[in-house]
Amino acid sequence: MRNRKMAALTTVPYVIWMALFVVIPLVLIVVYAFTSKAGGFTLQNFSAMGDYAKVFARSLWLALAATVICLIIGYPVAYALSKMGPSFQRTAIMLLMLPMWINFLLRTYAWMSLLENTGLINTFFDNIGLFDLINKIALSLASDPSAYQPIDHFQMINTQGAVILGMVYNYLPFMIMPIYSVIVKIDRSMIEAAQDLGADSVTVFRKVIFPLSLPGVLSGITMVFVPSVSTFILSKLLGGGMNMLLGDLIELQFMGGAYNPYVGSAISLVMMIIVMICMTVMNRFGDGEDQAVML
Amino acid sequence: MSEKLINLENIHKDYGGKVVLDNINLYVRDKEFVTLLGPSGCGKTTTLRIIGGFETPSAGVVYFDGKKINDLPPHKRPVNTVFQRYALFTHMNVYDNIAFGLRIAKVSENVIKDRVTNMLKLINLPDYAKREVSSLSGGEQQRIAIARALVNHPRVLLLDEPLGALDLKLRKEMQRELKSIQQQVGITFVYVTHDQEEALTMSDTIVVMNKGKIQQIGTPVDIYNEPKNAFVADFIGESNILDGVMHKDRLVSFCGKNFDCLDSGFEKDETVDVVVRPEDFEIVPIEDAQLVGTVKSTIFMGVHNEIMVETEDFTWKVHSIYNAEVGDKIGLFLTPDDIHIMHKS
Ligand SMILES: Nc1ncnc2c1ncn2[C@@H]1O[C@H](COP(=O)(O)OP(=O)(O)O)[C@@H](O)[C@H]1O
Ligand SMILES: [Mg+2]
Repeated sequence: MRNRKMAALTTVPYVIWMALFVVIPLVLIVVYAFTSKAGGFTLQNFSAMGDYAKVFARSLWLALAATVICLIIGYPVAYALSKMGPSFQRTAIMLLMLPMWINFLLRTYAWMSLLENTGLINTFFDNIGLFDLINKIALSLASDPSAYQPIDHFQMINTQGAVILGMVYNYLPFMIMPIYSVIVKIDRSMIEAAQDLGADSVTVFRKVIFPLSLPGVLSGITMVFVPSVSTFILSKLLGGGMNMLLGDLIELQFMGGAYNPYVGSAISLVMMIIVMICMTVMNRFGDGEDQAVML
Repeated sequence: MSEKLINLENIHKDYGGKVVLDNINLYVRDKEFVTLLGPSGCGKTTTLRIIGGFETPSAGVVYFDGKKINDLPPHKRPVNTVFQRYALFTHMNVYDNIAFGLRIAKVSENVIKDRVTNMLKLINLPDYAKREVSSLSGGEQQRIAIARALVNHPRVLLLDEPLGALDLKLRKEMQRELKSIQQQVGITFVYVTHDQEEALTMSDTIVVMNKGKIQQIGTPVDIYNEPKNAFVADFIGESNILDGVMHKDRLVSFCGKNFDCLDSGFEKDETVDVVVRPEDFEIVPIEDAQLVGTVKSTIFMGVHNEIMVETEDFTWKVHSIYNAEVGDKIGLFLTPDDIHIMHKS
């Protein structure tokens, strides 16, 4: 009896923490989302969001693109990693995690200085004479040489591509790690059983390794998509002004020029719902059988 | 077709200097039931994996049907394996597990359906096609693993302690079932076990192994009645093993007495292992006895009693249908063919 009371007591700080920093803010957001400036109940905050449909679409699109690219890069990396020797695996994983210990902003600033019009990459191309070469070829092909504008840099910064690059760079480890950890746990004897039954290495991958790695793929997708869709700053620093994302929009409503915490709360709420839907769908895929029985 | 379906010649295997298989020579005939028998860690699984293609020998040649197959990968070998821990595909149901090999062989789905259904009948689980493997008991998984291998009609089935995880009753049942499947389907079995009784009841040929070496190859009767050395005698059935001295052909001494025996061809006064099976003793009146001792303990074992008899130099294990009281003095008698003499290994 006493033990149980003690156990209950130890959960108190945790409960207080949750209440203070999770439940109360959540309640506030919901309340604010349905409150008008005058203080009454309203749905107007949601209809006001229509103005920002483009931001929603762009956020979803960029996050989706980043997720797909992470998957395309991350899966082969995770698979190759799982085939290496144990000491190589440890080292590679540490190197993979290393950038995460550097502040997010610093990493992003580093990318800025790489991608800028007069940044490291463009300077390098300039020095090896790439732009001169391109100009020469383009000029010789141009129908009206006098109208040709010679280039002296590639436009990399302030593009959607740069934002996607930033997302991929920052969240790629979240794709690799879950896939890797699922693949290394696959029972070797199952792979041997498949070989024993006549499967060559492609078939073993297609019929055993890939299906068994799907839970890792799904959690990788979730772990990249969710932070990507809610990211902010990244778009401002790498995408310039014209690629505002949901995260930036929310910031703008609370801190910026468009000060309107009511609309900001409504946007936050909608974004949370998007994220929750996304995670539920992923979970459902994850253990389809169990869920199907429950439905 | 060659007489030797599988032939291992001078197989060695070491892992980073640690010798696991030392000069293994053995062959398996078509449709034969061969058992690799030995204590845990003696190299049975490694031998089986070399036949299956999952390990390459450090030295030596593996022949299948007369052709060298050292470099043939597992998926091209005409053998199938029942793995020690079944290794069923956890992401597929029973039907898809059994159909796996046939689908890779591009057999048509109609034929697959027939063969899987027949196989499920053969292993006595006709209604299990749609079951998930995680919902099966150990015995059921084991039978599915056998079906998954057998359905491909392999020339040879390799089985690695397939009954190890089952309780005694189910194990006995499955032993009979496996043996009858082997005879019914008419394929070659290479069977691994550390259970001597299992080996004796199921096999045509037993290969006794210890510490990476083959100790003896023979029929169950040969191995039981004429063990080649003390290890085999001890491992197969129960034995009394003690030191003796071979004075000349057919005369051995132990426990301070001379005994007639049937063995010959030893050095004069060579120190040897003397092996006597517990069931070979005859209990006789003391005046007729060769050995006289005191009963230390007696246990009822079902068909017989196990009586421990202490003589001056040795405590004998005696199996007899007669009983004796603890503390009794009793006499023991051995005929020459009850005494087995072996070189010290
Ligand atoms: N991959 C491996 N690396 C190192 N040692 C191994 C490896 N596989 C097996 N061994 C060793 O080889 C010996 C024989 O193993 P195994 O063939 O599995 O024995 P058994 O099946 O008879 O119990 C054991 O001592 C085991 O530790
Ligand atoms: Mg083994």
